[in-house]
Amino acid sequence: MSHSAAPAPASPGAEVAVAASSLHVTRGKVPVLRGLDFSIHAGQITGLLGPSGSGKTTLMRAIMGVQVLTSGSIQVLGQPAGHPDLRRRVGYVTQSPSVYPDLTVEANVRYFGAMHRKGRAEAAEAIAAVGLDPQARQKTGDLSGGQLSRVSLACALVARPSLLVLDEPTVGLDPVLRADLWDRFRSMAESGTTLLVSSHVMEEASHCGSLLLLREGTLLAQLTPAELSQRGHSADLEKAFLHIIQDTAETQSSEKTVRS
Amino acid sequence: MNLMMMLATTRRVLDQLRHDHRSIALILVVPALLLTAVYFLYENETLPPGVPRTFDRVGLMMLAIFPFVVMFLVTSITMLRERTSGTLERLLTTPIHKADLLFGYGLAFSIMAALQSLVATAVAYWIFGLDIQGSPGLVVMIAVINAVLGVALGLLCSAFARTEFQAVQFMPVVVVPQILLCGLFVARDRMNEALEAVSNILPLTFSVDALQEIATNTEPTDQLWMDAGVIVAIVVAVLVLASLTLRRRTA
Repeated sequence: MSHSAAPAPASPGAEVAVAASSLHVTRGKVPVLRGLDFSIHAGQITGLLGPSGSGKTTLMRAIMGVQVLTSGSIQVLGQPAGHPDLRRRVGYVTQSPSVYPDLTVEANVRYFGAMHRKGRAEAAEAIAAVGLDPQARQKTGDLSGGQLSRVSLACALVARPSLLVLDEPTVGLDPVLRADLWDRFRSMAESGTTLLVSSHVMEEASHCGSLLLLREGTLLAQLTPAELSQRGHSADLEKAFLHIIQDTAETQSSEKTVRS
Repeated sequence: MNLMMMLATTRRVLDQLRHDHRSIALILVVPALLLTAVYFLYENETLPPGVPRTFDRVGLMMLAIFPFVVMFLVTSITMLRERTSGTLERLLTTPIHKADLLFGYGLAFSIMAALQSLVATAVAYWIFGLDIQGSPGLVVMIAVINAVLGVALGLLCSAFARTEFQAVQFMPVVVVPQILLCGLFVARDRMNEALEAVSNILPLTFSVDALQEIATNTEPTDQLWMDAGVIVAIVVAVLVLASLTLRRRTA
């Protein structure tokens, strides 16, 4: 299924990595995503922000092709989400670390690397990238929560994906490590990787090139951090976000009054 | 199928097992100990001359039943962990083929099963003087096929459990009936018709039948190869069913 109706990129000529059109997902009887249209540009960090329960994880699962869609479509790197070819090019780090606790860090990374024909050298590089060199030979289950999520990240980095989807990768990390990781994400984006990073911490938005603001399964806005603080009338991105939510709520209620 | 991904999976599963000393003991030591118990249970029986010892019959069947039970248990729990920890969903977003994963598991546990039955068969032969007509190599072969049967059923059953507690509940449902009806307690031709009919379609029945063929014939018989063929066919069918429970896309 190809959709020419995907929204046009903001800057002409920029390559689109992900394009969703009227994306609906219902889980059980609850509508989780209620008609999303957006596109994500290649080679930059896109932040997926919204309160918990806003549908961030479901949207990421849809992009990974592991979520059954109710309607609409989603194109990833020019192919429908979940296409077998994409498994070589897209990396996914789930919110709770999905690694084998009874293996060493190295064995974990090497196993996921083997799925992408990567060997010892690439595994060592990925472990170094998340700062776990000293723990490489430790059993993963003996590590702290923050270290565990970095093992999970290394298991995705080892494949050197063109698109990396990260679900709350910085939760539970100390500020120094968080800054390190954002630096790494930035340098990956500079070398051409597309990153989609979810967070419910608004201050992290400043690290992203573009933001998708999600609330109750709808897209409030797609904008840059600068535009967010401008539209939300605050340099504090958290306040700016709350402001936009209020604005939207007011517009909706006034629209209703006009209609009635 | 990709051989490299399959072997990487085998290696990973064995590596996980290596860190788990209790499971290693369960697989390698416990069957030999239980076999010892079976030997001493029948130690004082008095037999008319010419009648074979009960141990030669029961001990032999145990060589097929242990790997089946142990591998069923170990596999269903390991696979359930894979499903609930998110590693399965993650793996299925990589290029690995479902068959690589299932056969990788199958190969890893078959290697363990082969070691297990080597230990148990050696104990039965050399320590307790198990006396049968056929070759011990064939006994090991049937034991390994049985272990793979346990692996296949464990992989399948793990799909229908949400917790490890639920996974263990499959033991009395899937495993115990097969042990009761395989001919260990009552010869199958002396069962009532309903039970015999059920026993006729249970996989373990064919293994026990195969072992009896080995026990009574010096050379492998056609019946033995047919039994072995049926179990292998069941294993393949169960593995195909298990692969259908591995879904890349969920609601």
